[in-house]
Amino acid sequence: MIRATRDYLTFLWRCGRIAFVGDWRYYAWMGALTVFCLLGLHAYCIQFVHGLIVTGMSDEVSWGVYIANFTFLVGVAAAAVMMVIPVYIYDNEELHDLVIFGELLAVAAIIMCLAFVTVDLGRPDRFWHLIPGLGQLNFPRSMLSWDVIVLNGYLLLNVHICGYLLYCRYQDRKPSKWFYIPFVFIAIFWAVSIHTVTAFLYVGLGGRPFWNSSIVGPRFLASAFSAGPAIIILALQVIRRVTKYHITNKALLTLRSIVQVSMIINVFLLINEIFKEFYSGNLHVASSRYLFLGLDGHHALVPWIWTAITFNLVSMFLLILPLSRSLKWLDLACALCIVGIWIEKGMGLVIPGFIPTPLGALIEYTPTMNETLVCLGIWAFGLLCYTIFLRMSVPILQGTLSKSNEHLPEPDSGAEPVAARAPH
Amino acid sequence: MSQPLQPNPAHPDETDRLMGRRNFLRSAAAFAGLGALAASLSPLRELSDYSSIDEFMQKYYKEMTPDDMARAIKRIEGEVQRQYGIRPHVRDLRPMDGVEFVYCLNLTRCIGCRKCVHACVAENNQSRNPEIQYIRVLKLPHGSMDVDKADHLYNPPAVPEKGYFYMPVQCQQCHNPPCVKVCPVHATWQEKDGITVIDYDWCIGCRYCEAACPYWARRFNFTKPDIPKERLNPNMAYLGNRPRKQGVMEKCHFCIQRTRVGRYPACLEVCPVGARKFGNILDPESEVSYILREKRIFIQLKEEMGTNPRFFYYFEK
Repeated sequence: MIRATRDYLTFLWRCGRIAFVGDWRYYAWMGALTVFCLLGLHAYCIQFVHGLIVTGMSDEVSWGVYIANFTFLVGVAAAAVMMVIPVYIYDNEELHDLVIFGELLAVAAIIMCLAFVTVDLGRPDRFWHLIPGLGQLNFPRSMLSWDVIVLNGYLLLNVHICGYLLYCRYQDRKPSKWFYIPFVFIAIFWAVSIHTVTAFLYVGLGGRPFWNSSIVGPRFLASAFSAGPAIIILALQVIRRVTKYHITNKALLTLRSIVQVSMIINVFLLINEIFKEFYSGNLHVASSRYLFLGLDGHHALVPWIWTAITFNLVSMFLLILPLSRSLKWLDLACALCIVGIWIEKGMGLVIPGFIPTPLGALIEYTPTMNETLVCLGIWAFGLLCYTIFLRMSVPILQGTLSKSNEHLPEPDSGAEPVAARAPH
Repeated sequence: MSQPLQPNPAHPDETDRLMGRRNFLRSAAAFAGLGALAASLSPLRELSDYSSIDEFMQKYYKEMTPDDMARAIKRIEGEVQRQYGIRPHVRDLRPMDGVEFVYCLNLTRCIGCRKCVHACVAENNQSRNPEIQYIRVLKLPHGSMDVDKADHLYNPPAVPEKGYFYMPVQCQQCHNPPCVKVCPVHATWQEKDGITVIDYDWCIGCRYCEAACPYWARRFNFTKPDIPKERLNPNMAYLGNRPRKQGVMEKCHFCIQRTRVGRYPACLEVCPVGARKFGNILDPESEVSYILREKRIFIQLKEEMGTNPRFFYYFEK
């Protein structure tokens, strides 16, 4: 027992150590992210002292970019499951090890989600009111209480799965199926649930016709399952370039077909939504009119949403065409898909729900500088976390960081310690 | 990068020098990092009376014993005295038995003068800067109840204007309140007398209730409320008009500090045309019972929402 604990602590210590070691590119990247994190922290401290008045939010538009980013990132987290399904249900060997990278992305995304909801709270000091037993969690009536549970549950599930698999690899022993396969299957359902619950957060509000529509849930899933794997494709391309870790083209192309199908469904659902809103011409269309066309001289979101739709369409066509089997085009398609869905699922979904207000007032929303810095800070923090996770897991998966080399001197430089030491 | 830093046993001095330089760089980076962290946290120095330990640890309203409540009231009175120099009278007023409050508003009479809006702000200790108002008066063109056609910011030399009518909207005290349903921490609930209240010391400020309310009745304290000392109303209720903190929700509570001791809400008392009627619907003799029994037409705003408000609009000369 003591020995196992000591081994595990050594593992954590070595993982922690390696996070601080790398080549100059690594230091530059991490340094830049740290700068943004600190800028964000500074901006958040200002908000903490003066209140949410330093944001662009108001009683009219009471949620802004924080909740918009939160919504998008829940989708990213949920999408990790799109790599798990092919591996564990269809035994796709190409993606096998890559699942870990997907799940680590989910962990980083959930961390960002939790940060985004926390900065949105007026009284973050009272977060303990949400803890069951200690506080007064309004479960199961409030959808937000469901969200608290599913997000934290998903975080734990993924931390467990990745942590367990990586630790087994580190010790060079075969993972026991009972310790992770059941969790993998729970995580598959759980991933769908986190995004569905987040959609229900909006759908459940009868007073907001823009959100109170049954298509929001399916659209959430479709967009998540295109933007999420798209992010994973780009992440894998980066991993492939900066480390010696071997990722096959075939794996990337498997992911491509996931993004492809999801994107087609997403665009199809978008057409459904637009038709329903505009053809019937009833009075509940004001929010959609504001979003797509502008309302009474207010049209802050119009250029954004058309950019998003253009990006989504171009991305869809690129993905359908054989052209995107070439990785350069695939990267472009993925980038367009990510930006398009970030706009559409973020600002494009959250803000119009508030405009006009239930009493018909038209007040627009623009994020302030302070708010934007907080967002950048959280994104930088998320990327920092993901980079650290990869920095730890790539050498473990490659076998250069393992229990067997515990007593050897620590490799001090970068991702290719073996190669670097070869001349000696 | 790694090559020149590898210890080279042939030149121990060189190795020492490199190791020394590396240690120096590490320490310098650590110091710079700590300095940057401290600088990032520096705005926190301006933090004053954000929350006390007692406030942080305070229990949920419904779980407080009479002793807890007495302590909480003492704390609040002390805080108000420190901040405003006035000793307030804070009471925890409970709903009366056999009472369910209902509000009726005569749209034919309302002239849109907004006196109710300002009387409410004065009575309920709302922040004056930025000003929080619980009542929003909509100016609507004749022949429409579509709020999308409403003018919120009308400011003519005199009211009423020809061709328009005025509809004041405040918390509708629904039987089936969406705000209560969505609150993740039970910080808002409906009391026995029909009033939906907020425990200002329990609200976490997520603003989900504000998104859920179909009547736009809820308000958020985006910053520390600012009330001039001489304007503070010292007659306070725990679930009513005691001063709120930054970062929590508030809304109309039918003037709990008045109505639970048998007085009328401030908005009713100030109305110059008698458009506002308030009372106990369980008492058949009350004015509101009479109105809902005898008037041919009265409506609930956005009836199709299924919220079933306790606030009725009626029409009569």
